[in-house]
Amino acid sequence: MYSRRRFLRAGAAGGVIASATGLLPAWAKSASAGNKGIFELAGNSFDLTVGHSAVEIGKRRGHAITVNGTVPGPLLRFREGEKLTLRVRNMLDEDTSIHWHGLLVPFYMDGVPGVSFPGIKPGATFTYEYAVPQYGTYWYHSHSGLQEQAGHYGPIIIDPAGADPVTSDREYVLVLSDWSFDHPHKVFARVKKDMEVYNFQQRTIGDFVSDVGKNGLGATLEDRAMWGQMRMSPTDISDVTAAAYTYLINGHSTADNWTGIFNTGERVRLRIINASAMTIFNFRIPGLPMTVVAADGLNVQPVETDEFQIGVAETYDVIVAPKRARAFPIVAESIDRSGQVVATFAPEPDMRATAPLLRERPTLTHKDMGMAAMAGMNHGGMDHGAMTGEMDHGAMSGGAMQEHNHKTGAGVDNVAMAPSNRLDEPGLGLEDVPHRALRYSQLRSLDPNPDTRAPEREMEIHLTGNMERYMWSFDGVKFSAVEKPIIFHEGERLRVTLVNDTMMTHPIHLHGMFFDLVVDESDHKPRKHTVNVKPGDKLSFDVSAEHVGDWAFHCHLLFHMHAGMMQVVSLLPRDGAAPTVPGATKEDHKGMDHGSMKMSGETMQTRETSSPDHSKMNHGSEH
Amino acid sequence: MAQATFFSIAGGACFILASAIAPAKAADPTPPWSQADEYYDPTEMAEARRAVQKEHGGNTMYYVLADRLEYQTDDGDPLLLFDGQGWWGGDMNKLTLKSELEYDFNAGRFHEAELQALWTRPIARYFDVQAGVRHDFTAGADRTFGVLGVQGLAPYWFEIDAALFVSGEGDVSARIEAEYELMLTQRLILQPRTELNFAVQSIEEVGVGSGLSTAEVGARLRYEIKRQFAPYVGVSWSRSIGETADLARADGDDPGGVSFVAGLRLWF
Repeated sequence: MYSRRRFLRAGAAGGVIASATGLLPAWAKSASAGNKGIFELAGNSFDLTVGHSAVEIGKRRGHAITVNGTVPGPLLRFREGEKLTLRVRNMLDEDTSIHWHGLLVPFYMDGVPGVSFPGIKPGATFTYEYAVPQYGTYWYHSHSGLQEQAGHYGPIIIDPAGADPVTSDREYVLVLSDWSFDHPHKVFARVKKDMEVYNFQQRTIGDFVSDVGKNGLGATLEDRAMWGQMRMSPTDISDVTAAAYTYLINGHSTADNWTGIFNTGERVRLRIINASAMTIFNFRIPGLPMTVVAADGLNVQPVETDEFQIGVAETYDVIVAPKRARAFPIVAESIDRSGQVVATFAPEPDMRATAPLLRERPTLTHKDMGMAAMAGMNHGGMDHGAMTGEMDHGAMSGGAMQEHNHKTGAGVDNVAMAPSNRLDEPGLGLEDVPHRALRYSQLRSLDPNPDTRAPEREMEIHLTGNMERYMWSFDGVKFSAVEKPIIFHEGERLRVTLVNDTMMTHPIHLHGMFFDLVVDESDHKPRKHTVNVKPGDKLSFDVSAEHVGDWAFHCHLLFHMHAGMMQVVSLLPRDGAAPTVPGATKEDHKGMDHGSMKMSGETMQTRETSSPDHSKMNHGSEH
Repeated sequence: MAQATFFSIAGGACFILASAIAPAKAADPTPPWSQADEYYDPTEMAEARRAVQKEHGGNTMYYVLADRLEYQTDDGDPLLLFDGQGWWGGDMNKLTLKSELEYDFNAGRFHEAELQALWTRPIARYFDVQAGVRHDFTAGADRTFGVLGVQGLAPYWFEIDAALFVSGEGDVSARIEAEYELMLTQRLILQPRTELNFAVQSIEEVGVGSGLSTAEVGARLRYEIKRQFAPYVGVSWSRSIGETADLARADGDDPGGVSFVAGLRLWF
């Protein structure tokens, strides 16, 4: 926890004010402040200072924890495969850290205190050194306390060593985030004490009357009784809402109007990063179709859409090609629709696009309770024919009840009795928008998957929690109570199935490796580092255990992680001894050759290209 | 005899409380993961490991709620009432304090002054069990009780607080409180509330008869300027029942009536 006194002093001293128009780094500036959307290569040696700064957001002064004095921090841009040196100096009076989100770094450079390194002490400088075998759009953030909520995050662009298959005339980074003028620990404590503290979209007497008018008294009472019996609320969508947050694009609130410029006919690449602490966004540019070309940094086969839901920590690269010289609004709306941030995309720097009105808030349904099959509902128009294999078992095979071999008790308020695979759905509230909305099932990796072996081992992990008590966990065990990590063995191919027993969307992030999201059984599955697991969802990813080390695995909603929804994946060396004997494998990875981390798949691809044989797979659960 | 039993109950509760709140034992000597120990000082890693686990789900915090801080007209015999509780602790173990104070303006003294210190632990998804002691500071009826209760959220969103009290003299009584929150708008909330008190045996010196002794039903309409700060107005009907009412009448007291209330609900 950082000191509030210190925090205030930084503000009172005036210090350097990173105002929306003034001192932001070039990439985050508005067009009127000189950002024309063309960036230079930033190099391969970076000096980063983490400290307290005053910031100005929407004309209001706030206090932030920053990297090099601004929110967001500087853009780190470098080239694939180049050796980097990043010196991080801690000017706070508490420990800090930087985690390189999505980067395949050696685990001891991953930046998670207590998992991959000891953290950076006050006054100390830690030097990260690594080279990464990948390119694309990523980001960095603190993995200490709630510093990320206070402004400690920034974007990363890695340029390819060779030619980029995605070409554009201009590019912008759009860092979406949620800013609170309140101290992050205060916000967390309020939610912990009263989970509805920021929800001003609850169902009222007025809703009851209008529902009776629409559905009749009997149906309305039945609906209220069902929710009341479960002690859950269908409007419980975001724990922290616009009542506490000012949503930002590149550090600019709607009032600050970040503007990106274009010339008609240009192909413009937007690198969109959700660097929020707690906000899943719906992203759209009304009037301008977007072609998604990359997800979580890796290229996908181009797919055109009008809107997508972006989980915390996910990134999407899109190409837009405006044909008319007009101002378009860039809209990031929070999933609960309590608020939004609007920026402008226009031919001239001093234009302001008309902001669309907030849309009506969505509500949760039976399906979100993990009762899809039980309620006898159809699966949202899913095309079952197109989804063979994996999607056929569990709830999809016609109402088989989900097993729950995990801990329950006070920390688990619900178990999904009949979860359904929701990869073919666009996300809460986007099911019925009058335009295209992206679904994970539409994503196909541009390159063939590097490892197409059938999984040799399966495990099931449940996302669990108690909303009322604000306790969050995996398999009913908070991180504070974890005694054993999740074990991966080097060289094995695993299928990990996530079952969401809760009624919230959880962006689940696995450090240190990309996983292949099982949208089908092809060799072009989308490869991701973070996946939005919808309420009552049951999805799988395949992952190759390659990078030995201890890796964090957690929900990227910062407060869920803080409340316990975190684990460690210990990826143990192939010929290593038991995990309880550290040192036995020391020589094996001390001098880890990062060249062998290549994702290009030259070696992997030759292993097996035939489609996986399901009959051999053990569909039982394992914990 | 009863006194001895009571003290052993109270002592037991205090011991449980102390051991529940004391920090957990030192970590197991076999760390759950340790691969980074090969690159960094193992002592520093061990410390960071303990810290990262504690920070993610093992934090303690506090909560203070003044559910009713109000002025009651009470048929021309006005009262100032405070009914609140607070806790300190983590998800599994909390120290809870509850207090109810009634100050009688005309008499210039506390009609009721009660403090409870309870150890709280979850027993179900939405319910906690609470055990500890209660002391009534009321002049002339200064008594101590052992307490065993449950508090939580019943189906259909009823907030329940129910407890059994055993006094130092071995008298047994019980109290159940239920509240409901009806959202008229996002900030205007109607809170119906009821409280029933029961006694197993009559205790004439404090004016309590056996059976249902007192009942209170009320409704408060509050406006949440912030969720944490809500002024309200309301009405409360309370009266003594049965034998307790007889005892009141015998003392020349009114067995009960309607009171208009105005107050503040606060939490932080």
